[in-house]
Amino acid sequence: MDNAINSSSPQVEDARDDLPGPTPKTGLEHDDPQSWDWLEASPGKLVAGLFFGLVFGFLLQKGGVAKFDILVGVLLLENFIVVKVMLSAIIVGMIGSYLLRRMGVVERQINETNYGANILGGLIFGVGFGLLAYCPGTNAAAVGQGNLDALVGVVGLLFGSYVYALSSRFSSGTITRWGVRGKLTIPELLRISQELFIILAVPTLVAVLVILELIGY
Amino acid sequence: MKYKATLLATFLCWPATVVRAAAELPSPYPYSEPAWSPYVVGALIGILVLTTLALAGKKIGASSAYSDVAGMIGRLVAPKHIASLPYYQENKPMIGWTLTIVLGAVLGSFLAAWSGGELTGTYLQEMWVVRFGADSGLLRTLVALLGGALMAYGARMAGGCTSGHGISGTLQLAVSSWIAVICFFIGGIVAAMLIYRF
Repeated sequence: MDNAINSSSPQVEDARDDLPGPTPKTGLEHDDPQSWDWLEASPGKLVAGLFFGLVFGFLLQKGGVAKFDILVGVLLLENFIVVKVMLSAIIVGMIGSYLLRRMGVVERQINETNYGANILGGLIFGVGFGLLAYCPGTNAAAVGQGNLDALVGVVGLLFGSYVYALSSRFSSGTITRWGVRGKLTIPELLRISQELFIILAVPTLVAVLVILELIGY
Repeated sequence: MKYKATLLATFLCWPATVVRAAAELPSPYPYSEPAWSPYVVGALIGILVLTTLALAGKKIGASSAYSDVAGMIGRLVAPKHIASLPYYQENKPMIGWTLTIVLGAVLGSFLAAWSGGELTGTYLQEMWVVRFGADSGLLRTLVALLGGALMAYGARMAGGCTSGHGISGTLQLAVSSWIAVICFFIGGIVAAMLIYRF
């Protein structure tokens, strides 16, 4: 059992998108689920999360990305509203997070790179996205605007999460442990400065948006 | 032997039957329009992510909310079983930041749809009906269940979803996020083309 835990922990640790680092593990804690808390953060922080989530869902719906046809449309390469929303967020966020990091206001919160897991997991996710038509965030927004099929999506998402947790017992790991590179960023990978990368990336992403408009999307 | 062959033939032909029953989608499809400009919405989402990073030190994500809820249901039903799973030992299922984001998003989207007169209340969405007909409720249920399950499994393996990787990670220039989001779209394009265009 201990062996299984140790062998699976590298990929399990970076499997989360919201924790800064692995939680320290002690043998005793694992065995007694009664000692686990129910609240992960202070009530104040959770209320803040609820508020930011509300703004997020409001924006997703107003941007049209809670709509079934708009989400399927991007995958059929016919409607690029999803791309416009994502690239606009990335352009603003890329510049903003760079400046805020320089000012020391924020720290980088990213996941470890793991080529095998990122690629295989990404492809599996993509097929599921094509089938359901909503992704985990927009599925919540779809529920909010009254798309009842998104409720079935919630059941599927809960089930798939449980199956993943079950499979963490038998981590095969050959694919998912290939290419573990730590918290790698693109400028580090390319061995160029952050400034140079952003100076090149921002106009490129803007150009993609301009070209989409010019060719009639 | 003959019985087995029939069964196999039925199983193999089922997807083909569904496809033959499906109507061709008009091309181009008359897509709906968003209420607000996607550029304005995108820029505001970018500012939102910056705000949560600065004020709470947290990213905006979504997919781990579902694994937390699945784990919490498990804690109520079979706590020992959940405590025996390595994934839940590393990521204790609790009411956390990402779950509150997702719950807030349901409420926020409701307010947006309500204020814009866009509340739907439909099980089968228009594009699905054009393709598979109004009597395809069972098919939609199976497809949505399978889709949701694959998506959650893939998100946990890849380390996030379209929110955590696709927006929060990409804008912080994470290699993992850019690889994952490109693969999200490759998988999604293949699946959607097969479902809606063939």
